Amino acid sequence: MSKKILFIEDESALQKTFGEILKQEGYEMISAIDGEIGLRLANPPAGGKKPDLILLDLILPKMHGFEVLKKLKEDEETKDIPVIVLTNLERIEDVDKALELGATTYLVKAKYSLEEIVEKIKKALE
Amino acid sequence: MNFKGIWAQLNIVAQCRKYGLSVWQCPQFLFLIMGLVITISTLTAYAIGTRYIEEPRMVALIVLLTTAILFIIAVIITDSFERLAEANRMKSEFVSIVSHQLRSPLSNLRWALELLMSGKIGKIEEKQLEYFTILKENSNRMKELIEDLLIVSRIETAKLLIKKMEFSLEDLVKELIKELTPFALASNVEIKFLNKEDLPKVFADPSQIRLVIENLLDNAIRYIKGIGVVEIKIESQEKNIYFEIKDNGVGIPKEEQKYIFQKFFRSENVLKYQTQGSGLGLYISKAIIEKLGGEIGFKSQGGIGSTFWFTLPLT
Repeated sequence: MSKKILFIEDESALQKTFGEILKQEGYEMISAIDGEIGLRLANPPAGGKKPDLILLDLILPKMHGFEVLKKLKEDEETKDIPVIVLTNLERIEDVDKALELGATTYLVKAKYSLEEIVEKIKKALE
Repeated sequence: MNFKGIWAQLNIVAQCRKYGLSVWQCPQFLFLIMGLVITISTLTAYAIGTRYIEEPRMVALIVLLTTAILFIIAVIITDSFERLAEANRMKSEFVSIVSHQLRSPLSNLRWALELLMSGKIGKIEEKQLEYFTILKENSNRMKELIEDLLIVSRIETAKLLIKKMEFSLEDLVKELIKELTPFALASNVEIKFLNKEDLPKVFADPSQIRLVIENLLDNAIRYIKGIGVVEIKIESQEKNIYFEIKDNGVGIPKEEQKYIFQKFFRSENVLKYQTQGSGLGLYISKAIIEKLGGEIGFKSQGGIGSTFWFTLPLT
């Protein structure tokens, strides 16, 4: 059964690109356009499959990415799901805060190629 | 400073126009007015003082009036400096916001292109690949320019991120040589690392130093036209570590050398040899090295080559 990745990102163009590349790599990707939907999809009702990994943007509508990350790590049901933060914020304070809240990896979008990000995802899923 | 330079400094109207300010908001003009007021008031006070020597109240009144005028002018000058500083801060913030906003669509573009070029969502023809490569190269150039602009705006707003740690400069240089070797080979350039001694580790920000060496190495390769050699050496000094990069490229003409670390400076060689670059690399490198407590410099001769160096404190 293919691994499931939840991508919480408000840019539809990015969702499309990642959906395609992750499908090619054999993963199933579901996407959420804001933090609230992201939290619901991370913890589906009984019987639903939880994602194996979450890709999380920080600047999101309705709920900031840090708030989403905090709630994910506080919830017993979702706290063990690895979270990769994928954002354009690169202040040291933001990186430290994300890692402190429990993010597995922090990636600045502008600094990585698609291939490099896919490699990071594979590594986090190992 | 030559005559032309002195005249440019004295041409107050042109100076004020450069700042985009009216003369009554321009510090240079206001300083001139203040100088005139001081001179005239001193002469007036002297003339009146000698004539009305028997009336000290009149003299005191004139001195008081002059002081009040000077105080008002000083307040206006301070205000105009504040305006200039605020305009500069707003400009840096504007550059920062625009660069940040450009980053997201550019990432989308780069990644979509990468996906297309990977051939994973359909085969692409050779001719199409040629044009996709042009798009990729140009989007990478745009990305580099945006990153440079962001660093410049951080430097100007004193928000440059520095995270110091102990690391091996030698390892970092070897890593960068490996990364830039394909570019060097494609440009017929050989990179030689002349290191012989065991070097101590440096205490600095490796990501920022990487940026500096990358800039210097990239420039060295880029400005060699024809077959050439780039030599890198690192030496341990008493309190510093010394890095040097020497090329046998086109060199920097003497008259341009004083501008080389200025922001957006584009040498004549850039146009002559159609070399890519934003004119920000050396400005950024200087700001980083100085922020880390080191020094940076160069010597160069047109047609012979250039040697750039920097030092970093060991602790």
